Formats: sequence, structure tokens, C-alpha cells
Amino acid sequence: MVPFNILVAVCLVYVGFLFLIAFAAERRAARGRVGWLRSPLVYTLSLSIYCTAWTFYGAVGYAARSGLEFLTIYLGPTLVMVGWWLVLRKLVRIGRRQRVTSIADLISSRFGKSNLLGVLVTVICVVAATPYIALQLQSVTLSFGVFASDAPEGWALPNQSATALWVAAGLALFTILFGTRNLDANERHHGVVIAIAVEAVVKLVALVAVGIFVVWGIAGGWQGVVETINSSAIAEWQLQPGRWIGLTCVSAAAILTLPRMFQVMVVENADERHLATASWAFPLYLLLMSVFVVPIAAVGLTTLPAGSNPDLFVLTLPLAQGQGQLAMLAFLGGFSSATSMVIVASIALATMVSNHIVVPLWLSIRQRTAKGRATGDVRGMVLMARRLSIGGVLALGYSYYHLSGGSAALASIGLIAFLGAAQILPAMLGGIFWRGATGAGAAMGLIVGFIVWIYTLYLPSFGEDGLISHDLMQLGPWGIAWLRPHALFGIEGLDPVLHTLFWSLSLNAISFVCGSLFTFPSPIERMQGVAFVNVFDTDADTRGWSRGGAEAEDLLIMAQGILGADEAQAFFQAEAEAQGKAGLLPDTTPEFIDRLERRLAGAVGAATAHAMIAQFAEGAVVSAQDLMAVASEAQQIMEYSIQLEAKSEELARTARQLQEANDKLRDLSVQKDAFLSQISHELRTPMTSIRAFSEILMDPELPPGMQQKYAEIIHDETIRLTRLLDDLLDLSVLENRKVQLNIKVANLHDLIEKAVRAASSTQPQRSFTLHRDPPAEHIPVITDTDRLLQVFINLISNARKYCDAERPELTISARKRGGRIIVDFIDNGSGIPKEARRLIFEKFSRLTDNNQAGGAGLGLAICREIMANLGGSITYLPGQGGAAFRVSLPVRPPKEIIERAKTS
Amino acid sequence: MKRPRGPLFLARRSYRLRRMMDAARMLPAVGMFLFFLPILWRPADTPQPDTARGWIFLFMAWAVLIALALVLARFLVRAEEEEARLSSGDPLATDQMRD
Repeated sequence: MVPFNILVAVCLVYVGFLFLIAFAAERRAARGRVGWLRSPLVYTLSLSIYCTAWTFYGAVGYAARSGLEFLTIYLGPTLVMVGWWLVLRKLVRIGRRQRVTSIADLISSRFGKSNLLGVLVTVICVVAATPYIALQLQSVTLSFGVFASDAPEGWALPNQSATALWVAAGLALFTILFGTRNLDANERHHGVVIAIAVEAVVKLVALVAVGIFVVWGIAGGWQGVVETINSSAIAEWQLQPGRWIGLTCVSAAAILTLPRMFQVMVVENADERHLATASWAFPLYLLLMSVFVVPIAAVGLTTLPAGSNPDLFVLTLPLAQGQGQLAMLAFLGGFSSATSMVIVASIALATMVSNHIVVPLWLSIRQRTAKGRATGDVRGMVLMARRLSIGGVLALGYSYYHLSGGSAALASIGLIAFLGAAQILPAMLGGIFWRGATGAGAAMGLIVGFIVWIYTLYLPSFGEDGLISHDLMQLGPWGIAWLRPHALFGIEGLDPVLHTLFWSLSLNAISFVCGSLFTFPSPIERMQGVAFVNVFDTDADTRGWSRGGAEAEDLLIMAQGILGADEAQAFFQAEAEAQGKAGLLPDTTPEFIDRLERRLAGAVGAATAHAMIAQFAEGAVVSAQDLMAVASEAQQIMEYSIQLEAKSEELARTARQLQEANDKLRDLSVQKDAFLSQISHELRTPMTSIRAFSEILMDPELPPGMQQKYAEIIHDETIRLTRLLDDLLDLSVLENRKVQLNIKVANLHDLIEKAVRAASSTQPQRSFTLHRDPPAEHIPVITDTDRLLQVFINLISNARKYCDAERPELTISARKRGGRIIVDFIDNGSGIPKEARRLIFEKFSRLTDNNQAGGAGLGLAICREIMANLGGSITYLPGQGGAAFRVSLPVRPPKEIIERAKTS
Repeated sequence: MKRPRGPLFLARRSYRLRRMMDAARMLPAVGMFLFFLPILWRPADTPQPDTARGWIFLFMAWAVLIALALVLARFLVRAEEEEARLSSGDPLATDQMRD
């Protein structure tokens, strides 16, 4: 048996040990050696504040009363944790990105940084958590009582209420000491987290130790346990499907929305990857915590005297078996469960109360009285507000305990608190998954849910004739049966918890959805909506401020007041450096103001931070137009990039064309050089012979016969020269489109006939086979017939000159296709090599070096120019088994050519 | 607003990771199925009391779920690292993480 004063001593030593650990952790973190302080294991253990004294003591009592139903309280959170990829991951990402300080801040920030919502959520949380904190105080007091009543000296516990007061004061001291060291909620409470991690281990070890003792020490192994369970009152338990499903859902909702769970899961989260570990490790913790609950309950029910409180089996079983030390361990476990919950809950609630109620109130008072901008030492004020809030929350809990007299069964208070917190769920899930959710809708949902919960479950929980009179419970207000707290709309017979669960959450969700559908969100709301719902998509955050406007110095003064001088200056300096400026004052760009606001939000919450900045950046708040501008900016960027893509394609195309043109130019230049030497040669040869023969002619003694002969040679050579010069002149006239056109009507057949006859003089010694289809050639043409004839003659004589077949053949085919006349000249020679085809129509190009026909390589160039002048074309026709040219010209010449013919 | 699209088909490894994410999303449904199963058979409703059997079943199901979550968590952490790598390298690549 443990004497009571030893128990108190152990308890004090344990508390001292926790203080020491917390202090060491703070010291370590202050020196920057965070390391294992922020490991996945510590994160998982810190989540264990879910298991309060309600689990430690209450679960056994719950199991003794309602069998396996207590498991629903742990199965729900398990479902949420293993499904972390769906909800928790997004929640944690948002929390980190937006520097969320509490669940009230999350809701307020999502719905346009509205402080009204912050206040609403804070009120719900405080109202729901107060009895829960009272419950923890009660459990500690009760457990003290267990030892006191067993004390051999028979001295009674001094005063239950006094014990509770001492516990509450001690907890307030610890929480204020380690919970309000720094203002920035995102800077995390290392000391507190480590202390609750240690407590998590203590409570797990304690419960498992009691469990092992019960199973193997009393019941005699698993077989014995199974028999005990089946023979105990627990076996009579009936599973109620409604409660089974409903309570699983409520507890699943609660792990997301309980302020203390939000605090450790989201706000204190140091690394998103810790969530992956916690996803299986925390359910494992829950499993270990609850695996021995049923055996303890069953063995307690069968071995302990009837009428003993099942809520205290964890303590009374070892005590009854004379295991004082085990009972002591169990006591410390229960003590840990209660204290860790109270510490975290009061930190979370105090943050909410100070950020959403005290600071905004203080700001508005300051503004009203001083007429100036609120700056000054906000930091000290916020810290003080937080300390007072911690005290206030614990005082509330204590008063509830004191007033209620600590009589209600532990389990029912827990469920009531869970249901109260669950009212935040629709707004929370809607906020992070539905962009259409609006602040007005969220407020309506919260208010409706809160009222229904208060009316149907919270107030009646104070007992018959407590806060709600017996008559009202039985008959409804003013005798309206439809409004009876436990039978809304006349639906009777439901379990009260299930009744509230159904009505509060469904009316809450309906109001939320309808409110959202029928209201229009403000620009900030819409922007925050995007930032929350699309938190994984956008790396770039939406801007909250359209113009700077504020003076950097004012902002610095204000930031110093909130963050502290060093920290604010470091932040400003870093920002200025990022902008490439020296000194402490950056340009107040919208981006900078946004980052500053988020930084401040980490300390005082989004709504307050926004309001504080708004004092300075007045008139610079974002408008709907700005919102559209942001959207269209993004749109423009995208369009621009599409345009760029198109342009780069076009550029590539142009580059290809340029490359081709360049190749051609280079060829032309080579060709021109070749021509220059060619033309010099062409001119020089006749000139040389003319000079030579004219020198001879100068000899007076030359016989007349010779004279005649040499004069003829000179004459021939000058004709050759003249022809060359004529061709050059002709080409130049054609190229300048200044040629005189003489348009007439003729029969194509006649033209071809003439051309064949005229060309026969070229290389007359070669026999040439001609293939023609005379009937097809009878096509009337309206054009400059002489010029066309010139083209035909040129093509036919070219064939005669260059066709290298042994039996040269030429096919001339003519036809009308569409509005054009097409004449093909195809010989059976080896044709023109592919690489030369590009150049044959250029001036002075000749495929062979021999100048057999005395041409200078101008024939085809002239042909091309003629055809262009006539509105037609001449092209090389590949793949015809020899050199093939296609002449095509319009049946009637185009208008401008007729004009030109007339004017000339 | 039209978003730039990622590739339509993924390499085998990315595909695996993507399916693991799907599995992670479905895990709560699996858990719900297991945890709500006793409703059908209602322990203690049978003539022979079998609350103990229900108790054993629930803890077995719980353990299975934890094991599944453990395996998936391994994969998902890797998937997240992959995502972080992709998004830091190529801004368009984040989009392919959608599906």
C-alpha cells in the first residue's frame, strides 16, 4: 500500500522531472540543435494527447458499461490517420503554407480572414473544451481519492475541490512557462512537445503494465481472459449499429477538429513526412492503448465488489491485488494523460482567445481612443493576453468541475465535447476542398450546428433541472413538442448523442452549403479559397495586396511591436536584400506586404495580421478588379507562351527558307563568276579573230580573194557578237517587264509547226524523231505569238542540241487543263541531273562546257522571262525519262498583261 | 483557365507510385468495411456469447490496417520526394502528378 504522502511526493518529483525535460528541450532548441526533438517518433507521441484521462480511466468504465463500443472512439481516428493522403496531408500543407496558428485561424483565414468566424470557432471550442478540461481535473482528483480512501490512517483527502485547484494552478504555471515563450505559433513549443511525448510513453507503459498484470497475473493468460469476457456482464452487450457507425464518425471528425489535436497535428508539425510515419504509428499507439481495456474491464467486473466505480478499475485492480507500485505507475499514467491534454488544450484555446478575441478588441479600443494607428508593444500585450487566456481557460475548467460537482460519468462528457468540436468539420472540409464555400455559409453552418448542439446535448447534460427544466425537456419550450431537446421535429426514441449527431451535423452542413450557394464571396475570400483548395497546384501564392502604399518604416515599427525588434529587423533586412537594396527598409511591394502579413499571421493569426496591415495599406486592399487582373495576367502569360511557341516555329520555317535562299545565292554567285569568265571568253574569241583578220586586211598586198574571205570572217564574228549582245539586251528588257507585247490570236498547232520547222536548222545533220498528236494541238491561244514561238523554238533546238540518245526522239504534247494551256517537250536523253535543275533557268548557266551551238547560256533564262511576261510559266518536269519541260500559259492573258500590251 | 498538360502516359515507376496514392486514398474505405463488419453479425446477439470473438476480430482488422498503412507510407514518402524533385526541376512537371 502506498502512503498518501509518498504518492504526493512521487507526483511532485514527476512534475519536476517534466519541468526539467521541457527546460532542457527549450535550451537545446535555443542553441539550434533541434535534431531528435523534431523526429517522426516525437510527432507521433505528441499526437497521443488524443488519449486523455478519458481513455486511461474512462475507456475501461465505458467498456464495463457498453462493451466494445468504446473502440469506436479509437477506430474513427485510425480511419483518418490511415487516410492521411486524403485530408491530413492537405491540412498540414495549408497550415504550413499559411502559417496557421489554430483551427479558428484556419477557418478565419480560409474565409477571407474574417474575424467573425474566428470568434465563432473560438467560442465553440472553448464551450466544448471546458467540461473536457473539468473532466481531466476530476479524474486526477478521483485518482488521488482512491489512494486517500485506502490510507490506513483513515485520513481523508483534505478537500477534493482543493486538490483540483492545486492541479489546475500547477498546470497553468507549466503551460504559461513553456507555452508562451515565443509568440510565433509556428516556432513551436519544443519544451511542451517533449514533455507530452514523455507523458505519452508513461501512459502507454502504465496501461500496458496494468493490462499485462491483469491478463497474466489475475486472469491466467488469454484463454482465461476470453472466458472471463464471455462470462462477464460485457458479454451481454448489444451492438447498436446506429451508435457504432455514428460514434466512429464523430471520433473521426473530432481528431480533425479538436483544438488540441489541430495544435499538435498541424501547428506543431515540423515536417510533412512525419505524417507518413504517424499514419501507421499513431493507430498502432491507439491499438496498444486499447488492447487491454476489455480484459481490465472484464476482470474488474468479475473480481471487484459490485458497485465499485468501473472508471477507476485501472487503479483499483492493482490496489486490490496489493500491487502498490503498479498502482503508482497507473496513477502516473492517468496523471500524464490528464495533464498533457490540459496543457495542449489550454495552449490551443489561449492562442485562439488571444488572437481572435483579445487582440482585435484591444486594437479597436486603441483605434477608437488614440485615433491613431495601433503599433507599440503589441508583442507584450499578446503574450500577456495569452497568459491570461491560459489562466482563464483553466479557471473555466475548474469552475465547471466545481459547479457540476464532478458527478457525471466520464465518457458522456467526452462524447459531448467531441460532438461540439465536430461542428467545425463541414466548414473545414468545405474550406479545403470546395472553392465555392463562402464565409457567410460557414458562419451560418457553424451557428446553426452550435445552437442545435448546445440545445439538444450540452445544456441537458447538466442533468435534470440543471440548466434546462424538467418541463422543458418533457414538453418542449412553450409546450411545442417539436422543439423538445431530445426529440426535435417530433422524432422520438433516438439515443440523445445520435439524435444530436444527426440533427446538428445535417442542419449545419445544409446551412453551410445553402449559405455558400446563395452568397457571393469577397475578393479576399476567393483568393484564399484558391490558395487553400489548390494548395498542391500553385507554387506561386495569390497576392492579397494589389498596391504597396504603406511606408516601410511604419511597417517596421509595427512588426517590431509584434515579432520583437531583432526578429522584425532580420526579416526586413532579408527582404531588402532580396530586392537588392541595402539597409533595413525594402520597397513595399505587394509581394513584400504579403509575406510580412503571413509572417505576422504566424504570431497573431490571419485576421489580426490582415487588420494590422490594413491600417497602413489603407485603400490598397485587393478589389474584384485586381482579382480579375491577377487572373488575366496569368492568362496573358500563358497566351504569350503559346504565341512564343508559334513564333519560334515560324522562325524555324523562315530560317529554313533563308538557308535555301542563301544556298541559291551562293550558287548564283559562283555561276556569275563563271559567267563573267565565260562572257569575257565569248567576247574575247570573236574580238581576237576580228583584230587578227583586220590586221591582215591592213596589208595592202593581200590578194582580193583572201581579202573577201577575211572580211566575211570578220562579218560573221560581229554577227555573233551582236547576237550575244541582243540576247543580253532582250533578257534585261524582259526582266524589267518592259517588253513590248503584241497580243494576237493563233492556233497552237500552227505555232508548234512553225517552231519545229525553224528549229530544224539547228544541228541539221541529226535525224530526229518527233512524236506529236496534231488533233490535240488545235487550241486557240491569245498571247504574244512571236514570243511564245521563240520559247518553243528554243526548247526544240535545245533538245536537238543536247539530247544525247543514240536515236533522239522528242515528244510534244499539248492540252488544255482548267484555264491553262499546257505544252510538254519531252526527249529521251539522259535528262538534267537533279542538282542542276535549280539552275538551268538562271542566266548563263550551261550544263556542259562545250559551246556547241554558240549560245551563251541565256536561252532558258529568256524563256522563263518570256513566260513570266505572258502570265505563264516554264518548269522542268522530272521523272519523264529524259529532259522534259512544261510550258503552261493561260488561255486568255491576265488583265494586266492586256493593259501593258495596250499602253505599249 | 486551361492548364498546360503533362504527359498522357507515365513511366512504369511513376505509374506504380501513382497507383499507390490511389490505394492510400482507398485505405479508409477498407478500414470502414472491416470496422463496420461486426454490425452484420452483431456480437452477443448469438445464443452463445461471443463478445470475445468480436473483440479479437476487431483487433486483428486493426492490425491489418496498420500494416497496410505502414507499407503504403513507405511508398508515399518516396512519391512525395519524387514530386518535390519534379517540381523543383521543371515547373510543368508538377502537373503530371495529377494523374
